[in-house]
Amino acid sequence: MANKKLSSVKELEELRKQILSQRHPDKPIITVCTGTACQTYGSLEVYGKLVDEIRKQGLEGVVVEAKATGCHGFCEQGPVVVIFPQEICYVKVKLKDVPEIVSATLAQGRVIERLLYKDPVTGQRIAKDPDIPLYKNQMRIVFGNNRYINPREIDDYIALGGYSALSKSLFQMTPKQVLEEIKKSNLRGRGGGGFPTGIKWETTRNAPGEPKYAIVNCDEGDPGAYMDRSLMEGNPHGVLEGLIIGAYAIRSHEGFIYVRQEYPIASENTIQAIKQAEEYGFLGESILGSGFDFKVTIHRGAGAFVSGESSALMSAIEGKVGEPKMKYIHTAVSGIKERPSCLNNVETWANVPLIINKGAEWLSSIGTDGSKGTKIFSLVGKVNNTGLVEVPMGMTLRQLIYDIGGGIPQGKKFKAVQTGGPSGGVIPEQYLDTPIDFDELTRLGSMMGSGGTVVMDEDTCMVDTARYFISFCCEESCGKCIPCREGLRMLREILTDICEGKGQEGDIEAIEDIAKVMQDASLCALGTTAANPALTTLKYFRDEYQAHIKEKRCPAKACKALTSYYIDPEKCTACMICFKNCPTEAIHGGKGIIHWIEQEKCIKCNTCFEVCPPRFSAVRRISGEPLPPPPAPETKVIRDKKR
Amino acid sequence: MVTKTKNKKSMEFSKAVKKATGSYQKDKDMLIQILLDLQSMFGWLSQEVLAEVSEQLEVPITQVYQIASYYKAFSLMPRGRHIIKVCMGTACQVRGSPQLLNIISAMLNLKPYETSKDMRFTLETVNCLGCCAMGPVVVVDSMYHSKPSTQALRKIFETAK
Repeated sequence: MANKKLSSVKELEELRKQILSQRHPDKPIITVCTGTACQTYGSLEVYGKLVDEIRKQGLEGVVVEAKATGCHGFCEQGPVVVIFPQEICYVKVKLKDVPEIVSATLAQGRVIERLLYKDPVTGQRIAKDPDIPLYKNQMRIVFGNNRYINPREIDDYIALGGYSALSKSLFQMTPKQVLEEIKKSNLRGRGGGGFPTGIKWETTRNAPGEPKYAIVNCDEGDPGAYMDRSLMEGNPHGVLEGLIIGAYAIRSHEGFIYVRQEYPIASENTIQAIKQAEEYGFLGESILGSGFDFKVTIHRGAGAFVSGESSALMSAIEGKVGEPKMKYIHTAVSGIKERPSCLNNVETWANVPLIINKGAEWLSSIGTDGSKGTKIFSLVGKVNNTGLVEVPMGMTLRQLIYDIGGGIPQGKKFKAVQTGGPSGGVIPEQYLDTPIDFDELTRLGSMMGSGGTVVMDEDTCMVDTARYFISFCCEESCGKCIPCREGLRMLREILTDICEGKGQEGDIEAIEDIAKVMQDASLCALGTTAANPALTTLKYFRDEYQAHIKEKRCPAKACKALTSYYIDPEKCTACMICFKNCPTEAIHGGKGIIHWIEQEKCIKCNTCFEVCPPRFSAVRRISGEPLPPPPAPETKVIRDKKR
Repeated sequence: MVTKTKNKKSMEFSKAVKKATGSYQKDKDMLIQILLDLQSMFGWLSQEVLAEVSEQLEVPITQVYQIASYYKAFSLMPRGRHIIKVCMGTACQVRGSPQLLNIISAMLNLKPYETSKDMRFTLETVNCLGCCAMGPVVVVDSMYHSKPSTQALRKIFETAK
């Protein structure tokens, strides 16, 4: 790579040509996903071994190239390895598989059957990754480049046409034209609010005061959502290019990228990307010789959910406590140091170069009337294919969960899907055919949020879910305004009581009253939306609340205080599995002696229930009815020969 | 002797803080970044370190404490040699992280955010690490473990001295 500052479009195009001339599209390229999930499964070791093995077998440089990429999105099956140009996808690759991959697939083009993804529905092995159901039904326009790019190599991004949208903006368009293009595309903020991006930009552009700031919000605090991290980690230049174009449109010369503290790889890759972009002259003074200056600094967050809120994030960038401010004036007009500050989510910025290159009409041809383009969802929880999926707006929840997600594991029954993180709500089965867009989800009492989609099955208790989100917000509330601080605390108390079987008549009404006040009187969006999980569970699963309060029964058998574990002496074969796995040694019995649980010692961790082999199913969860007595001590198992 | 070691220690703090503030040109806006660096250097933020930061950056000590106590990344108490983080994100929650926390808590006899008396373990919770596909997840000294069994946990804790 020629470390040279580019000072014109011509030089950029020459560099692109030079990079492409050194690449051989017909040569096999093997990519290893090194996103956080795959790394955890050992993908870095797999990559290291792959490089070694390619060298050892003498294929180095001559016929193949190995690349460590960002997240592909198929996190459930990590480590994921894809071989181009055939697009052969190997899943759950182990170190010991590497030599064979090199000698069979890379050297001879032979596919290794056992490493291919097996469709759980048809039982068939699928060779090419576009044919895998998870990928097949997606439209990966923003997220798709991740699998071709080594995020630490700017040349990879340039080879795919990177920074061409920037040069187009700087040399063929005026800032005003860039702004109009974004406005025309109807792009809406992907961070949760769904505010029209173009209008936000225009506000900052027209606001008085200098300097103006442009900011990337990568403080992805919603538990269960990780698309921003994967984009920032896997394709940092895509986000950076969007940011620079945006800065040009709003006439900003200084920007920030705020990265959540829990995402160390995203920080590292971003720092590296900024450095490389500066070396090439995509950042700094007179970008590509256009006379437009822009510099970017990275800020690491320090762990506060509310800091993802725009005014709080800006306080944090100033080095202060990240508490939201009253927005009499929007941050687009008065943000960092009371200057106009335009804050957009990672995914929003990543859409910008695509719109500039392909045009506003292209984006607005995808999606629904009110929501254009695609959205990346993190499909997690009780679903077969956990991962990141990008789909056009307007796809139904059912398509998302069943066609792409592959349905619920272990044949369990779907109960609800939670969208929008702690500010969102749950959506029950009867609304599964709702098209996903900003307005439809809000109509159901939930919201799009940043795209976290948590699937819940029959084992999830809805009251406990509400309690979980409320106590999450309770801990994350900054405490500045009373409705949020005290309201959440009261809600948490009531919900905890209900989960513990101490619920009373009138609790449900109290929850609704408190929620109403919080919605009306809280200072920022955290407070006004925090009661949503409680309200939507009440709306759709009121009977579960009533079972907890009136019958002291948890229908999902999930609430600890209302559930007991019992080993059925008729079914127990004294196999010792639960006995060995019990963390508190609450299970008595022994080899050939029927097991029983000492209730005082039991911490209700569900371990015995999970480990008891399905062919015995001796462990039962009991809620709302009296517990049968344990067997007489030292009862021996009478072996039934048939079993 | 006591004063001597104390002096030596405070010299050490002063040097570390100087290095941290220096890498941001003593910019007051960078207070959070500086504290993050010191936190990862020492594992926690002691009174002495915070006082040094206040002095060198010329920021009131109250403001330094306000930041250090507000953000979750900072610890004002010494932490154990091994940090155990149980992910409590929604995906992990649905897949059984409360039970996992329960088990770990019972095995180590620690509540979340407690440190064992021998300074061996600190138990913490975290809101989503973004590897939801592996949930429930526990991180022991930056090693991720996906849905560990009781026996696997016993092994992990035994090897962590």
